[in-house]
Amino acid sequence: MNLKELYQEIILDHGKNPRNLRKAENFNKDAKGHNPLCGDKVHIFLKLDENRKIQDISFEGSGCAISMASASIMTELLNGKKENQINEIVKDFLEMIKKKENLDNNDLNDDEKTKLMCLSGVKQYPMRVKCATLAWHTLTSAVKNSQEEINIENL
Amino acid sequence: MNINNIKKEFPIFDSKVHNNDLVYLDSANSSQKPKVVIDRIYDFYTKEFSNVGRSVHYLAVTATNLYENTRSSIRKYLNAKDENEIVFTKGATEAINLVANTFGQKYLNEGDEVLLTELEHHSNYVPWHFLKNSKKIKINFAEINQDGEITVESIEKKITKNTKLIAITHISNVTGTILPIKEITAVAHSKGIPVLIDGCQGAPHLKLDMQDIDCDFYAISCHKMYGPTGLGILYAKKKWLDDLPPYQGGGGMIQEVSKDSVTYGNLPNKYEAGTMATAQVIAFNESIKFIEKTGIENIERHESELIQYGQEILRKNNSVKLIGNPKNRGSVLSFNIDGIHPHDIATILDEDGVAIRAGHHCCQILHKKLNLTASARASIGVYNTKDDIDKLNESINKCKKIFELK
Repeated sequence: MNLKELYQEIILDHGKNPRNLRKAENFNKDAKGHNPLCGDKVHIFLKLDENRKIQDISFEGSGCAISMASASIMTELLNGKKENQINEIVKDFLEMIKKKENLDNNDLNDDEKTKLMCLSGVKQYPMRVKCATLAWHTLTSAVKNSQEEINIENL
Repeated sequence: MNINNIKKEFPIFDSKVHNNDLVYLDSANSSQKPKVVIDRIYDFYTKEFSNVGRSVHYLAVTATNLYENTRSSIRKYLNAKDENEIVFTKGATEAINLVANTFGQKYLNEGDEVLLTELEHHSNYVPWHFLKNSKKIKINFAEINQDGEITVESIEKKITKNTKLIAITHISNVTGTILPIKEITAVAHSKGIPVLIDGCQGAPHLKLDMQDIDCDFYAISCHKMYGPTGLGILYAKKKWLDDLPPYQGGGGMIQEVSKDSVTYGNLPNKYEAGTMATAQVIAFNESIKFIEKTGIENIERHESELIQYGQEILRKNNSVKLIGNPKNRGSVLSFNIDGIHPHDIATILDEDGVAIRAGHHCCQILHKKLNLTASARASIGVYNTKDDIDKLNESINKCKKIFELK
């Protein structure tokens, strides 16, 4: 693993120009998360339609390139997915970022999986895994509507 | 002083990091260890090990003598008046907690004030915060000026009739600001207020003379001073150690124990309950010898030149913003790069073998004051060279290239 594989174009692109960095209009679920160690903050907004499908997903926040890119890619890939698919994808991503070789859910297509695998380089930097997972844990909290603010240090 | 020879005394520099030579710029976090210190730990456990201060057999007597020799070396190195003014702790954090706990117990009550500065490390804030909750004391903060300095006046301004203790850092671990601790101590004493100095960043870099500074307490972290982890020193004037209650109870700190009463041991045993970090204490004597052999004045001069050089180089680098601009800066250069988060900087530098720290460096109060969430920090030790600073700068340029900054 070399650095190019972590800070590759797609990560830098999403890190610098995050997609869906805004508050979703008429959102019906949201949650906040933060990493007290580096000050990274994220606020995830979800708008689900009557069929429990994501009509809009967005985030606000600030942080390092890895955390911003991860949140940005996440919102891109999950838009249009059904609520029950979210948990599968999040679970798969979190397992992959910690140890698993590949993504094996059936809810993302190959192109989407390739995009998400760009974040896999973070495995080599255990101290940075929390940067990549903050938005995902926060999304889980939003889906559960638990009003729980995610403190990544406590997970 | 030949730095290349000094570097050879530190075995870590034989290691490669990601196939690169190690450029270690994280000494404010912890310093590397010279071979003499590492060997001393091995030799002690191999040939001389025993617990100290208890048994009367040969090894116990040898170990006790070695342990006390370090205390004696430290007394001399710090120019403390009395060996009993040197207390071993598990770190500078415990040294400050010891004072907060015992001084707090005896002298602090509701409405009393402790004066800190905005530069303090969490280890010189949180112990006082405990007393804010338990004893309802008030904590005041002397404010930094625009250069990140704490002046004598900024301290004086915050002294009130209720100020019972001033607890300040010697050198900021973020801005590198060297505080005028002798002058501050004089002002405090003129008003009858004792002074504690958090010497974590001071002790490894500056010549120290406790009688000249005249502070009441000075906390030292040995692992930042080319010594082992798990060891700190509290220097305290004897009058305080005689006067204050014990900190932890246990074996070694007592004189006599019965079901009804306990009498406490004499100094320094009163504050050294339980089995201490014996091997670390004994090995720390080698750290002191290493510093004395190199000459603390030489270390001061070398590091001061290096920090000057580092400031010049980084100031010339577009988009690098140094944090603080103190006239007297010691051993630390913290910075930010617009458009790159400090954690990204640290990860990219690491790939080149350049070890820096990123985060809030246990100074969230200061970072909030400066409106920063985090910063990158390069900090130096005796083994660093201008070459290391050049490599830092090259690596920063690589970072900027990756992030397409000019």
